[in-house]
Amino acid sequence: MKPSFDEMLANGGQVRAHYAGFDRWLKQQPAELMAARREEAEMIFRRVGITFAVYGAKDEDGAGTERLIPFDLIPRIIPKDEWTRMQQGLAQRVTALNHFLHDVYHGQEILKAGVVPAEQVLNNAQFRPEMMGVDLPGQIYSHIAGIDIVRAAQPDGSGTYYVLEDNLRVPSGVSYMLENRKMMMRLFPELFAQHKVAPVAHYPDLLLETLRDVAPASVNEPTVVVLTPGMYNSAYFEHAFLAQQMGVELVEGQDLFVKDGFVYMRTTQGPKRVDVIYRRVDDDFLDPTAFRKDSTLGCAGLLDVYRAGNISLCNAIGTGVADDKSIYPYVPKMVEFYLGEKPILENVPTYLCREADDLAYVLDHLPELVVKEVHGAGGYGMLVGPASTQAEIADFRAALLANPSNYIAQPTLALSTTPTFVESGIAPRHIDLRPFVLSGKSVQMVPGGLTRVALKAGSLVVNSSQGGGTKDTWVLEA
Amino acid sequence: MLSRTADHLFWMSRYMERAENTARMLDVNYQTSLLPQSEDRARQGWAGVLGISELTWSFQQKHAELTPAAVMHFMVRDETNPSSIVSCLRAARENARAVRGTLTTEVWETTNQTWLEFQRLLRDNGTFERDPTALFEWVKFRSHLSRGVSVGTMLQDEALHFVRVGTFLERADNTARLLDVKFHALAGDYFGTWADDSAPEVDFYHWSAILRSVSGFEIYRKVYRNVIRPDKVAELLILRPDMPRSLAACLNEVVSNLDMVANAQSAETRRRAGRLRADLQFGRIDEILATGLHAYLTQFLDRINDIGAGISRDFLVPA
Repeated sequence: MKPSFDEMLANGGQVRAHYAGFDRWLKQQPAELMAARREEAEMIFRRVGITFAVYGAKDEDGAGTERLIPFDLIPRIIPKDEWTRMQQGLAQRVTALNHFLHDVYHGQEILKAGVVPAEQVLNNAQFRPEMMGVDLPGQIYSHIAGIDIVRAAQPDGSGTYYVLEDNLRVPSGVSYMLENRKMMMRLFPELFAQHKVAPVAHYPDLLLETLRDVAPASVNEPTVVVLTPGMYNSAYFEHAFLAQQMGVELVEGQDLFVKDGFVYMRTTQGPKRVDVIYRRVDDDFLDPTAFRKDSTLGCAGLLDVYRAGNISLCNAIGTGVADDKSIYPYVPKMVEFYLGEKPILENVPTYLCREADDLAYVLDHLPELVVKEVHGAGGYGMLVGPASTQAEIADFRAALLANPSNYIAQPTLALSTTPTFVESGIAPRHIDLRPFVLSGKSVQMVPGGLTRVALKAGSLVVNSSQGGGTKDTWVLEA
Repeated sequence: MLSRTADHLFWMSRYMERAENTARMLDVNYQTSLLPQSEDRARQGWAGVLGISELTWSFQQKHAELTPAAVMHFMVRDETNPSSIVSCLRAARENARAVRGTLTTEVWETTNQTWLEFQRLLRDNGTFERDPTALFEWVKFRSHLSRGVSVGTMLQDEALHFVRVGTFLERADNTARLLDVKFHALAGDYFGTWADDSAPEVDFYHWSAILRSVSGFEIYRKVYRNVIRPDKVAELLILRPDMPRSLAACLNEVVSNLDMVANAQSAETRRRAGRLRADLQFGRIDEILATGLHAYLTQFLDRINDIGAGISRDFLVPA
């Protein structure tokens, strides 16, 4: 594997300019102090209950399944010019994706033009025929998008940002972005006096504005709610947090019902109409009369109300057709097709195993590639060639051959690293970045996003379900 | 507010209150057991602890013999016993977690911290068994803290009213059960005098233990300035509106908080609660004792239960 790009240290170990202030500060901190601060952070996270649930897991004493996501004290710092460019690229990309979704569920111009193969879209399990011809406020489908960005080293030593994945359904993690900042400001206020770090705390405000923007047109003062699968969902903390920060009700499916073409919630003062649902429940579970019949997480009749335009869902039903890994390779072309612009953000080169040539190449190069399931998420169902044993590769090859169109492959990118506290001191660990892009009447985002870090040496998998941690993310204003 | 949210708030405070009352009862029983007394009497005390919570049967399924250690274990750390302190604190915390967005940060963190700390206390092997009183004191103070933090930080809206209704409905239930079992232990029923009037009158320790379990010993002295007499103990814990753990005081709180959340279908529940309060407000202890204390308390518990079901139907889980 090629050497990675280190966000803090240039080749030769020199500290990059935007990390200089932090580096000076860090060198003055006694090791014991930093260790004490790490403990303090962990204690606070536990008391505040910033935890995530692990499916099927038990603690040593068999008690809880709630875990803390490890928090690293060394921030990931992004210089202002890099962020400005990235922000333009993100807005452009998400705008194009929303155009694509509207098109796919209406005229299908992009399919007719042959830019995206029609069968890739129409035969996709995430394509929802129920959404054909349904007009949404502002023609927005993915109101909240999480775009995963990685950075890889170029031969000349510079680093290039790539979009690794678009998350257009129910992306999570934004609460950690906010809590990490709060924690850093609490532990090290002096750092924020020394650096001009762009604030992020207004995210819930932007989110509420976005949700109100897309309410049904006839509603003046929309009632917004957050729909959660419940307290045993891994992201429950985030659902409760966002509802609280926005000052709206956190509802479960059982709290909602449909009557006379509208959605209501059960309150202590009788039924109350709901206009916008920020739903953190997957499409399949939203309406047992339309999708999975065994779902107890949704609200019967919701789809009909939605199609009649009497409720807004954020994100819309059917966005999965645009963030599928088999559609991903076509996103740069969407930018050109809908916006007539050159894409600002690059894609990672991708091999589609459904195509014979690509499959042949992938099979020949498995030990050096990353192979992913088209519909996989959360770091499950993937092969990281260089980090796998021969037996694992052989198993994966069998799975791949059995159903090639279920997989894509990409070169193993040496994700960039930042210094990170580990058992033995400070060492480089791989990171990615998930900015959150909000689309309502305009496209907005707070500077930065959630930085995830793979805590195991050499590991490229940053997902919290696979032992990843997080860092505060700073965009410097000057 | 969401009905489900109100439901969680109501049960959050009920479970916290129940944990406190269980700790109070166990503590008094433990303290009493340190006094010289007949073995029969001591056994009766521990059996009473189980009787109050209607747990005699489920205890017998797990323990062949009724020993103080077994009862304490069952009521403090047995997670399969839904009324044990560990189960109550867990349930309080789980209910709080389900509505953490509705609670102030302080209320949530207090409840969460109580649960985390309690688990730690139980894990430190032998700490609890060496000094049970210290643990019971801790539970009581965490409950005081929860209540204080709720009243001191929450907006005085529906959410707080449901929290308060939960607290006082549970407390009324617990105080009534405590009285019933403690009087029952001495006679089939109590009519103000005892068949064998030599026995209980002299038992200063029995009556003072009841009073202590509801923080009422000093209050009794202050109010009656007299020796401890069972009929006065009953009067204090049933009818005195200024005694914070009495049935009358609890019903005052239940009714005034119900008034604040009234909705289109709650009139009947409000009427029943008001009527029960009026009975306490205008009742007299000699009348109550004339009908028999056990009969009176049994009926009281039925009525409390009925009000709880009404609240549930009207507000918490409407059809």
